[in-house]
Amino acid sequence: MSFEERRKSLKKIEFITFSIGAQDFCMDIILVREIRGWTKVTTLPHSPSDVLGVMNLRGAVVPIVDLSARLGLGRYESTDRDVIIITLIGDQTVGFVVTAVSDIVGLVHDDVQPMPNMGGGSENMFVKGIVTKNNKTLRVLDINNIAATMAEAREIA
Amino acid sequence: MSSLIELREIFFQECEEQLEDLTDGLNALDAAPEDADPDQINSMFRAVHSIKGGAASFSLDAIAEFAHEYEAILDELRSGKLVITREILAVFYRAADHLADLISCGAAGTDPDPDALTRQISEIESLSGTGLKPAQTDDFLAAFVPLAMGAEGPAPADVGMKIPHFDITFAPTAELYANGHEPAHLFRELESFGPLKVNVELDINAAWDQSDPAVTWHLNLATDRPENEIREIFEFAEPYANFQILCSQRANPVLPHPMAAADDMAAVETVADTDQLGSGETESPIVILPNQTSKPHAPRKSTVRVDLDQVDELINLVGELVITQSVMSQSLTEHSGVVSRKVAATLDDFKSLTRTIQEGIMAIRAQSVKPLFQRMARIVRETAQVAGKEVRFNVEGEDTEVDRIMIERLVDSLTHILRNAVDHGVETGPHRVQAGKEEAGSITLSAAHRSGRVVIEVTDDGAGVRRDKVLASAIAKGLIPKTAQLSDGEIDRLLFMPGFSTVEAVTNLSGRGVGMDVVNSEIRRLGGRVAIISSPGEGTTISISLPLTLAVLDGMIVDVGDESLVVPISTIVETIRPDASKIHQIGPSSRMIAARDMMVPIIELGQVFGYEGRSAPPNGHILIVVEDEKGEHFALAVDQIRDQRQVVIKSLESNYGHVPFVAAATILGDGQIALIIDLDEITHGISSTTSASGTHKRAYA
Repeated sequence: MSFEERRKSLKKIEFITFSIGAQDFCMDIILVREIRGWTKVTTLPHSPSDVLGVMNLRGAVVPIVDLSARLGLGRYESTDRDVIIITLIGDQTVGFVVTAVSDIVGLVHDDVQPMPNMGGGSENMFVKGIVTKNNKTLRVLDINNIAATMAEAREIA
Repeated sequence: MSSLIELREIFFQECEEQLEDLTDGLNALDAAPEDADPDQINSMFRAVHSIKGGAASFSLDAIAEFAHEYEAILDELRSGKLVITREILAVFYRAADHLADLISCGAAGTDPDPDALTRQISEIESLSGTGLKPAQTDDFLAAFVPLAMGAEGPAPADVGMKIPHFDITFAPTAELYANGHEPAHLFRELESFGPLKVNVELDINAAWDQSDPAVTWHLNLATDRPENEIREIFEFAEPYANFQILCSQRANPVLPHPMAAADDMAAVETVADTDQLGSGETESPIVILPNQTSKPHAPRKSTVRVDLDQVDELINLVGELVITQSVMSQSLTEHSGVVSRKVAATLDDFKSLTRTIQEGIMAIRAQSVKPLFQRMARIVRETAQVAGKEVRFNVEGEDTEVDRIMIERLVDSLTHILRNAVDHGVETGPHRVQAGKEEAGSITLSAAHRSGRVVIEVTDDGAGVRRDKVLASAIAKGLIPKTAQLSDGEIDRLLFMPGFSTVEAVTNLSGRGVGMDVVNSEIRRLGGRVAIISSPGEGTTISISLPLTLAVLDGMIVDVGDESLVVPISTIVETIRPDASKIHQIGPSSRMIAARDMMVPIIELGQVFGYEGRSAPPNGHILIVVEDEKGEHFALAVDQIRDQRQVVIKSLESNYGHVPFVAAATILGDGQIALIIDLDEITHGISSTTSASGTHKRAYA
């Protein structure tokens, strides 16, 4: 790898790509702590509908969020093959349930195009931009924003 | 040793700077004597004062003495008792030069000229307008106590000072000899301090056949060593002898104690002090001598400062270890059928080891509230003194263990609450007598573990919340509309509103704009809640309920629907498998059970937690009769009781937030999370909708 190439590659941000149902998304890998298989969660009473419950992550109680419901894609239907992406947002550890994690891609800033305005849906609130890569359209999620609105919803609930 | 030399060097370096400040100040005064800048004089004063303090620490008595005189005169200048003139300024300059000389002498380790010193001192003293030394009380740094740090080498310590004499009486007993001590050795060691005179007194009336030695030694030692060093020599002989030290003929102390006036009284006091000191160990804690190997200090409890995060990490890991261990033993019994005796024994050992580790690590984190309460006692004393009220302070439950973080973060809130209790809660003596109470007010600070939380309460027997005043004040401040109809509890809760303060005059103690709302938000940040219970004329209780993030709780694990919940054992009165005939339907949805001739309302836990629908048939319920913090009984309906055990409390707040009716979470043996119910919150929800009556109301802010 030449020096120029190397320098270029350093500018790349790595994103983890995953799917919810048939739709593809990605998020900044810097926030991701680990990826785990689905385990049973403990339901929390009177929690927002997209908080599935809490799970035990090596002694820590971690809330698990139904990303599908959060994005307005309908409620999550549990299967054994689901995956939980554990993220660290601020000082809180939060897990997101997705259907599958597929790849890690390196993107430079210019790859991310702004999301075209397609009429408001709660989904678009959490999408930072859109990337076309290998004939796939990935939406870049703003996880920080998702967590922030989650906290708000909790206050109301 | 080297560090002491280093410190001495630093001191002399600093002296150079201080002298520079002093000279700068003098130059400024010289330039404009009429309008002397007070800051300039202050900085001169500080410079000389620092020199004095440092010199006293290093036993550079000549410097300290001179600096003291200089400082005194500067203080007169500062307070305006002395008006600056050319002549005075000249003396000041000379004095500054002399101080510089003394310092360079001290740095070089040579003796300064004692005559010059006396001359300079008398010259300075002659300046003093009143002829008296200014009162030392206004000296903002006067509280320092000179601490001799080893009179080493030819420091100009004994200039103009007569060497003090010590009269030592030493009457040995038979045990002294029996333990192999020989007075002559001790005396020889004493002699190394200075000239020693030894007299012996023989008791001629002593019986010949008595084994006790009939001898008393009278020693007179002239030394500049402190008394405790002399005592050190006799340290091992002292228990076996009648031993006394009297310091006599001490010369006028060259370095007057800053708190005492520099007159003859000081000398008398010093002598008296040394007598009282007894063992004399505290007099000079840092004594480093060149010709004596340093003695080992009393064993100190050694502690390690550890980052709390690291402890938390360990606690988590040990929790996991416990869980892994139980999973392991479970799967071993499940899969391999009969476990060999050896494996079973090893597993048991493993289990008890992990438990021990867990307890040990928990203990690191938890701390009793005793130090916190002691600190609060002092605050109450001081506040009561300022407020001019007599207050008795009682403490209950000092041994309650609370997370260390909680203790640290409770200080400000408790301080505020207690100050409020003294300042606003307790009435003044005459008012109390009028109300038919004891003249002295009473404030109780208590701590207790209650249903998986720590409850800290401050109770006073004062006048209670004056609701009319509170209401009027809130309306006047526009916090609530004029027409608002508030219940007593709601009025009490107004105290927690931001920007609320009832007392018209801002007092010195509390009510500086920072009010109970700050306390409230701080406690909420800790995951707790503040409640106020007040009866007019009888007093106020402010109750702080805090979660026990890292404590261990005895809990009963119950199944409700598909979920497991933990009910704190401390709240449980009994469990019943009810007879259908004992359950009475009251109203459309509520049921009651007659338990021990008492009608107890039934709370469906599944309904409270939203687990119903997945629930087992209602007839199969087991009822757990519980008592909440107000002493009311309720029956919790659960599907099944699974287990009773100690559970590790895990915070839900750290990653998520407060969940209604849930105090905390825990991890069960199978790795699943179970929620620990917050009984008081559940019963509060019930009782507030049914029977909220009486003046003793509870309002959650």
